[in-house]
Amino acid sequence: MLCKRIIPCLDVKDGRVVKGTNFVNLIDAGSPVELADRYSKEGADELVFLDITASAEKRKTLVGLVKDVAKAIRIPFTVGGGISELHDIELLLKAGADKISLNSSIVKNPELITKASRQFGSQAVVAAIDVKFNGSDYKVYIKGGREKTDLIAMEWCRRVTELGAGEILLTSMDRDGTKEGYDLKFLKELSSVVSVPVIASGGAGKKEDFLRAFKEADVDACLAASLFHFNILPIKELKNYLKENGIAVRI
Amino acid sequence: MVALIDYGSGNVASVANALAELKEDFRITCNEVEICKADKIIFPGVGEASFAIRQLHMLNLFSVLRIVKKPVLGICLGLQLMADHSTEGNVACLGIFPVSVEKFDPGKSKVPHMGWNDVDIKYSSKLFSEIKNAERFYFANSYYIPLNGCTTAITDNNGIPFSSAMEKENFYGVQFHPEKSGDAGLKLLKNFIELC
Repeated sequence: MLCKRIIPCLDVKDGRVVKGTNFVNLIDAGSPVELADRYSKEGADELVFLDITASAEKRKTLVGLVKDVAKAIRIPFTVGGGISELHDIELLLKAGADKISLNSSIVKNPELITKASRQFGSQAVVAAIDVKFNGSDYKVYIKGGREKTDLIAMEWCRRVTELGAGEILLTSMDRDGTKEGYDLKFLKELSSVVSVPVIASGGAGKKEDFLRAFKEADVDACLAASLFHFNILPIKELKNYLKENGIAVRI
Repeated sequence: MVALIDYGSGNVASVANALAELKEDFRITCNEVEICKADKIIFPGVGEASFAIRQLHMLNLFSVLRIVKKPVLGICLGLQLMADHSTEGNVACLGIFPVSVEKFDPGKSKVPHMGWNDVDIKYSSKLFSEIKNAERFYFANSYYIPLNGCTTAITDNNGIPFSSAMEKENFYGVQFHPEKSGDAGLKLLKNFIELC
């Protein structure tokens, strides 16, 4: 039986892992290689690196980071953050990343999904979608949540899979950082609408939140950052809990 | 020496990293002569089948892979390219395994089939030596090979059983990614190089 996945997310700036809230108060949290190795040993099923570097050197440091991480760990990992060129996708995949996540760039240029999935396979293309509820609709936001678009979230999710995305990483901006649990309502509908795997993101605060996302919203994977970084919830403890509650996980 | 075939497919770096960790002597190559001289051949692959077959033709590797007598390990798309035919791009493949590659039905399961899944060993094989039955390996595939006479291990995707490992003479193939499957994956690669 296909296991449900637990995915720690690491924010990276200038080749170092940073911790903070909403891109401010960033503290250096160490080398990506050391943390990747730690999470891999603790039982993470995959890792996501989100690059928040703004400098012109971005691509160079990111490719170097991917090479180093790929040498160190034997589990799959995704790289995202400001990737907008097919050539950059190729460089990162060849450096050893398994998947690329695309966010703002595909809103402006949806064809990028199709081109990337044709060339590298849809399993390598993750559509990262940030959504926020405005009282009547869920809307898509880009640029790290700073810019609202007119896209209706569920329609955009459906569209990216039609274009060739092989997975959706869905972040609820309303829940992000709240520790109130994942947005089960949206995720449940999403899981029934699309046939690609869905990764839930935003809001995890305790073990029960993961269980509910798997059981009630039928997601394929759960992503979290601070819970794992600050060791509030060790991955082993989480997975044992999920297993005891009837979820297929890799232990 | 292990020849790791580079024909423009995605995961060569990942397989190379795993072989480096195992301290194996390997060479990344697309040269027919080097491939023939190698003791073992690893044929990786990520991407689209008809594009990959075109690459094999362009690099003049299509025939050599069919007739080579050294042990060959196909990984993921590499395994699928060893079949007769793939519905992905409707392309004639190497014709080593007499079976056709099919697409998972999005109505019945999530596509791609992605993540860690059990591998049930049906026939004992050197490839799985000292690897426990139902060990979990990492998969990322939208297409699959149905069960057939060459199937040695089976994995289930939401009620659809498929070949997660196959063997025929000197040809071996796995649908999962041993290079991304932790210690069990490394063990499988080591088994291929040392025992097969």
